[in-house]
Amino acid sequence: MLCAVTDAAPTDDAPAAAALRPPRHRVSPRAVRYWTLRAALGWLVVIAAQAVWLGVAPADATLQAIALAATVVVAVAHAIGMPRWRYRIHRWEAAPEALYTQVGWFDQERRIAPMSRIQTVDTERGPLEQLLGLATVTVTTASAAGPLRIAGLDRETADALVHDLTLAARVGGDDAT
Amino acid sequence: MLVVQPVLELVRALPAILGIAIIGSGSGRGGQWALAAAVLFAAIGTLRWLTTTYRITPEQVQLRRGLLRRQVLSVSRDRVRTVDVTASPLHRVVGLARVQVGTGHAGRSKDQSLTLDGLGAADAARLRGDLLHRAAASGLEAPEAPAAAAPERELARLDPAWIRFGPFTLSGVAALALALALAARLASETDVDPEDFGTLRDLVDHLTGIPTAAAVAEVAAALLVVVVLASTGGYVLSYWGFRLTRHEGGTLHVRRGLLTTRAVSIEERRLRGVEVTDTPLLRTAGGARCTAIATGLRRGEGAARGGSLLLPPAPRAEAERVAGLVLGDPAPATAPLAPHGPAARQRRYTRALGSVAIVAAALLAADLLGGWPAWPWIAALALAPVAALLAADRYRSLGHALVGPWLVVRSGSLRRRRAILATDGVIGWNVRRSFFQRRLGLATLTATTAAGRQRYPALDVDEAEALRLARAATPGLLDPFLAEDAPRR
Repeated sequence: MLCAVTDAAPTDDAPAAAALRPPRHRVSPRAVRYWTLRAALGWLVVIAAQAVWLGVAPADATLQAIALAATVVVAVAHAIGMPRWRYRIHRWEAAPEALYTQVGWFDQERRIAPMSRIQTVDTERGPLEQLLGLATVTVTTASAAGPLRIAGLDRETADALVHDLTLAARVGGDDAT
Repeated sequence: MLVVQPVLELVRALPAILGIAIIGSGSGRGGQWALAAAVLFAAIGTLRWLTTTYRITPEQVQLRRGLLRRQVLSVSRDRVRTVDVTASPLHRVVGLARVQVGTGHAGRSKDQSLTLDGLGAADAARLRGDLLHRAAASGLEAPEAPAAAAPERELARLDPAWIRFGPFTLSGVAALALALALAARLASETDVDPEDFGTLRDLVDHLTGIPTAAAVAEVAAALLVVVVLASTGGYVLSYWGFRLTRHEGGTLHVRRGLLTTRAVSIEERRLRGVEVTDTPLLRTAGGARCTAIATGLRRGEGAARGGSLLLPPAPRAEAERVAGLVLGDPAPATAPLAPHGPAARQRRYTRALGSVAIVAAALLAADLLGGWPAWPWIAALALAPVAALLAADRYRSLGHALVGPWLVVRSGSLRRRRAILATDGVIGWNVRRSFFQRRLGLATLTATTAAGRQRYPALDVDEAEALRLARAATPGLLDPFLAEDAPRR
């Protein structure tokens, strides 16, 4: 959390225009719930496996119980802390010339792709995302290294973004390599 | 001419037939089994030859094949990116060649590539010129004189003195490992006891008879000699007769090979830059190699593997000269690079020594708690100086620069690469900042491109410097996302 705050303006004292600002738009606040659910489901599998092991065939009951308790503590911390941290970081912005995204939490990454180089625009809705009315937009370029993913957009925003991006991508003439 | 194709298939299947004869010899009828297998392979070869046809139309290259499962592969001619002509010794004896047409989007599957096997060598060469230069002419420039008449200019050719770099490539290690594995496999398959061979038994007796240290030294020396010989042999086999030429039609041609000859063509309009690479061994010998960064030449894609080679291991100055000639600008290959600063150096050491410390700590814990012996963690600690040397070298490798329209980044130690990428070819930026990088004010700036390795990172650059580099390389792209003049929030 601390980092997310310092991250907002890392080089404020540098000369003007010497810093890249974060993208303008946040994703939907419901994304926090989505990430929490997803993390919780993942941890549940691990915790269930440990509990079953402890219940059915305990090799060293005390050690296993301690490990289970440790897993629960880490899981709760992760499921509560990670989505909120992530929500502060995940941002996106579509300028006329380029698309700009920022993702991550512990490690963070910003990606910039010119509109003229966009090749495909995908929208994905997993079961959890459908439940919460969210969508993930993935934009690819001709490079295998740089797909831009914006997760946790609400559906209306995602549809509008996809519409804009498809229009913008169509303008480019050559094969964008 | 093409009738020899089944014969070629038969010769190629010889190891399998021999294997069947050996396995069948257990039943006392190895000869009959081998004959049956030979007939079968010959029949398959004939059938394949009978059912495979190709045709070149003004728009397309078509290959039809298959008896039960008919398959027609069509490639639009203006999509042809590369044409490889390969001739194995077998092919060369009967004057044939294999042509592989690459589109750059051919999938991983072998079925997808369009391969015309068993063409006459002259036909193959003509087909290559035809396919590539027609494609180039239909592209940007107006059609000019027939491409076949256009002159070629030689950029580089193999100097026999370069064979001295052969031992430093270590390509022999892989060959040696393969040969040993094959021998072990053969020995176990055929139930031959290695002890049956007199020389081998004498060798084992000799090695067990002398002190361990001497035995280890002898084996190591023998292995070294074999690796050196095999590496040198591999160099000669792969690169003998190497020539790099530039065709006025807009292509680069590479020809090489002693027994199996290869001819690879790279369209220059697909070229996005070059890479000059070396390894610690090559560096001590003062050598380097040069490869192309081009779209449609993905690494590790069947026969296209190694297709981007522009110069085999050769003196460093030669690699830089060739890079300059290919790019048409000698500056980016030799220009000094900006170092990445003390924070990047600190990170190299932290990462190298940190991983050693973690492994050593885990092994120490296993010693204290799990009853492991003590030597593993002591050995791990002994690796620390090596890790420190590696870190120092990795830092020394780091560098970046913008030389005219070329973005130059360098990194790596065990394989150091100086990548020179045209800024036109940059189709996006990734700026990665891990938790620890943010604390040091560093970022890894990656230029993404459709060519070569797809990503060319500048590791651990100062954040402001990363932004300056990206802005200078792609003017205007980042401007909408810069902090406003009064960046107070």
